[in-house]
Amino acid sequence: MTPPSNVIEIRDLARTFGGGRTILGTKKPQLTAVRGVSLDLRKGETLGIVGESGCGKSTLARMLVGLDRPTSGAIRLDGKDLSSSGTRALARRVQYVFQDPVSSLNPRQTIRDILEAPMRHLLGLGSKERKERLEKLIEDVNLRPEFLDRYPHEFSGGQAQRIGIARALAAEPDVVVLDEPVSALDVSVQAQVLNLLDRLKRERGLTYVFISHDLAVVESVATRVAVMYFGEIVETAPARELFRAPLHPYTNLLIRSAPVPNRKRQKASGDSGELPDPYDPPPGCPFAPRCPRAEDNCRAAMPALEAKDRGKDHRAACFHPLSRR
Amino acid sequence: MTAAAASSRDDRSSGRERRERPSTFALILNNRLAAAGLVVLCLIVIAALAAPILPLADPNATDPASRLAPLLSPGHLLGTDALGRDMLSRLVWGTRVSLVVGVSASLIAAIFGSAIGLVAGYAGGRTDQMLMRLIDLTMAFPYILLALAIVAILGPGLINALYAIAIVNVPFFARNIRGITVGLARREFVDAARLSGKGPLTILWSDILPNVLPTIVITLSTTVGWMILETAGLSFLGLGAQPPQADLGSMLGDGRKVMFTAPTISLVPGLMIFLIVMSINLIGDGIRDALDPRLRSGALARPAFRTKVAKGRRKADTDGEQEPLPADAGGVGLDPLPAGEGGNRYPPLPCRASPPQGGRSPSVGLSERSISPLEGEMPAGRGGFQGRDGDDVASDRNDNPVLAVRGLETDFHIGRSVYHASNGVDLTIRRGECLCLVGESGSGKSVTAMSVMGLVPSPPGVIAGGRIGFKGEDLADAPDRRIRELRGGAVSHVFQDPLATLHPLFAVGDQIVEAIRAHQPLGKRAAEAKARDLLDLVRIPNAAQRMKALPHELSGGLRQRVSIAMALANDPELIIADEPTTALDVTVQAEVLRLLDTLRRERDTAVLFITHDFGVVSEIADRVAVMYAGRIVETGETAEILTRPAHPYTRMLIDCVPVMGEPERRLDAVPGRPPAVNRLPPGCAFADRCPRVQPDCREGEIPLETKRGSLEARCLHPLGPGEALAGGADPLEARP
Repeated sequence: MTPPSNVIEIRDLARTFGGGRTILGTKKPQLTAVRGVSLDLRKGETLGIVGESGCGKSTLARMLVGLDRPTSGAIRLDGKDLSSSGTRALARRVQYVFQDPVSSLNPRQTIRDILEAPMRHLLGLGSKERKERLEKLIEDVNLRPEFLDRYPHEFSGGQAQRIGIARALAAEPDVVVLDEPVSALDVSVQAQVLNLLDRLKRERGLTYVFISHDLAVVESVATRVAVMYFGEIVETAPARELFRAPLHPYTNLLIRSAPVPNRKRQKASGDSGELPDPYDPPPGCPFAPRCPRAEDNCRAAMPALEAKDRGKDHRAACFHPLSRR
Repeated sequence: MTAAAASSRDDRSSGRERRERPSTFALILNNRLAAAGLVVLCLIVIAALAAPILPLADPNATDPASRLAPLLSPGHLLGTDALGRDMLSRLVWGTRVSLVVGVSASLIAAIFGSAIGLVAGYAGGRTDQMLMRLIDLTMAFPYILLALAIVAILGPGLINALYAIAIVNVPFFARNIRGITVGLARREFVDAARLSGKGPLTILWSDILPNVLPTIVITLSTTVGWMILETAGLSFLGLGAQPPQADLGSMLGDGRKVMFTAPTISLVPGLMIFLIVMSINLIGDGIRDALDPRLRSGALARPAFRTKVAKGRRKADTDGEQEPLPADAGGVGLDPLPAGEGGNRYPPLPCRASPPQGGRSPSVGLSERSISPLEGEMPAGRGGFQGRDGDDVASDRNDNPVLAVRGLETDFHIGRSVYHASNGVDLTIRRGECLCLVGESGSGKSVTAMSVMGLVPSPPGVIAGGRIGFKGEDLADAPDRRIRELRGGAVSHVFQDPLATLHPLFAVGDQIVEAIRAHQPLGKRAAEAKARDLLDLVRIPNAAQRMKALPHELSGGLRQRVSIAMALANDPELIIADEPTTALDVTVQAEVLRLLDTLRRERDTAVLFITHDFGVVSEIADRVAVMYAGRIVETGETAEILTRPAHPYTRMLIDCVPVMGEPERRLDAVPGRPPAVNRLPPGCAFADRCPRVQPDCREGEIPLETKRGSLEARCLHPLGPGEALAGGADPLEARP
């Protein structure tokens, strides 16, 4: 029943933090970070997930690799539900690259220890095989073999991130989830890492989930983009399509807000930038209070994510989508 | 492949940059007290270890005939005790016993306590609750009572005393280690270890324990002395070592009975306990100072009120005539703090539609000057500061720059090396003008900005040269009182992370009121009214209510607005904004940028804005200065520098970032890394990374000079207008 082109299918995935009751029986506050996300990841694509802080994109990413367990919903890998089987089962196929390269490397282990761990614990390789693979791996990410015996603090941010990428690849995954992989890097080395990711993807036939708040970066790497707002996906479309003519007013606001060299904005839009209270979510569309196109029906119910008039790949959760410019 | 080329060069440079920091052991030895403690302890330990081979009398042989012999009696150097036993021999053997018991008790406590702490901290939840409540239970008793109870159950004896002391000290370790582990268990490298397929026990053993080990060692080194004291205490009470065995505590106990007839008998073991415990504590402190990363980084050292200014500060014009600092002709003079009572909140500053008074003449740049090494002696500054001709000075006077930094040199003294973070920087900002300082991290842009108000932490920072002209006075010479008056008054700051700069425990309204009242003679009411107006001004909805909010109750965007309100509180003439929007989301960033831009235009405030994002630059800047390795390498008007830069570095910095609307553009990383600022190469610091490098780039001082239009660049082979670097098409020209 699963079309072969989908590597991962996410169905109604939700994650709630807190909740329950205290010893005295009073309710604890409950926060829903991801509220019913459904998404397909197609083989060989780079799916960009964009959204601002607090929109749930990092929680979604952590659930994808099993670092966090969903409250409800399913993550199907080649048709098999792995959402509750924990890190190990998912880590074989799905790996993760962290935002902060330096803090994601153990300061007291050599690069060799760090890179060998996935080979030993996930692939069960012997020491000879590990050694061969290590050398190939470290060259693949443009680092020299003698770096293997150094400690993380001896590396710059860009080098450390290449080590982070090497660690993700050491487990030979099919899918790599990249959580803001260049945000912590200096502008001058971002391109190095982006170019490296591009080459590795081509050479190894990888599928990427690329999470970022930087629209310019996502535009340059993604083939398809999903926009998240307040724990929900509000729009998905092929990257070009989305950036050229967005359907959802939030996507439009995001695109217009990104600063571009040599383009000065005219005047203030008066947008508050405030998210709804996550402990007391509004009944309708969470973007309605900020939305210039909001009408009464927006505040009554959440619109479904569905195809509008731009073909079945371009879907938006909006009652009053923007028209093509 | 660009990335490959980039990385290989990149990698080579890192080899040289291995640590220069002295080793931990050297650090301990450097600490004189710790070294003294180490010497004393070593002597004691050697004596104790060598007890069996030393020519000592039998410590337990009684000789009633020569009882209570005084010090220095023949055959008994330290005299004898009430039973005629040789004190020296008993002292050495007793020390041996006390040391062994104290150290073993510490080790046992460390092992069990740390294990409990590690498991509790990593597992969290119920396991943590259970273990820690048990620990709390043992901590609820006074320790000596607990030890006594344990000995009472186990029976007296040295080994039982050892157990008692170890058990009593387990909570101490458990709590300490748990605290550290809780922090570590949430770190990303632990997540990474889980993704590598490691189980919880493997993670505890191979990932967390090595990071906790320094803490265990620190705790151990500071508790061993205490444990020896406790062992002595129990023995003193007769619950530890049993007669005739000697340990320091029991010797003390024996001496007590003859305290008045022969005080030396209790004095000698007492002195030994003192020596041991003190030497161990001194070493412990030394170890802690050397291992604790916070102490190591100097974070716990109290920073000086302002950056130290070197005594023999180079003033850039030592051999030329004194360059007049820009004076303020507007009459605002040295009293930039107008009282804001009543309706007239803001001084009637001249209103002006966009461009600054200076117009667009080339001299608006960072001081234009001609370079002719033949005609004048080069001044002493290392930034290649050149004398200025008379015209320039005149135009400066007319334009009344708010800030005129000349040849600023800010150094960091770390260990034996000196880092020239800011290496001869000139900046000029006029009223109502916004200058953006752009560069990679480590280029010195923040240090330059912090130097203006002396906010660079000292030690290690030192202003080694240059002048900081603020409306005619040199801030580097100004007295502390004047600096305090200016800070938050005429010159205010907005930092990157408002959560870190706002006080977490006070309502934001109170913090703004405090900022107002520190500079203006206003009553509480009036200041509150003004604070509310300020919050309205930065468009915080519902300002009256938000006054009572604590910083953590506000979103990131609102917090930064509060910081901006606070910066505006005393009608500053200069706002120094250090990456104020970097931590914000794009939609919020857009609003905050627009707000800052509008406010500075309305109030004619000068802004020094630091950023690394050229998109942000074009939103807000009138002029741009690009910094590299502590120097300004290019400066000019925003539009010109963004479209047609002259310096290859500026071009590369612009080209390496993806731009919205141009997804097809090939990204070229800047190869390599910036040079370390403690050993800058001669000539151009960018030469190693520059595709246009020629042999002459690596020789001599390259001055900042006018290239074309408003652009000044520190480059011998600048780019032509719109010229791209070899290899890539100019994306801006190529755009349809």
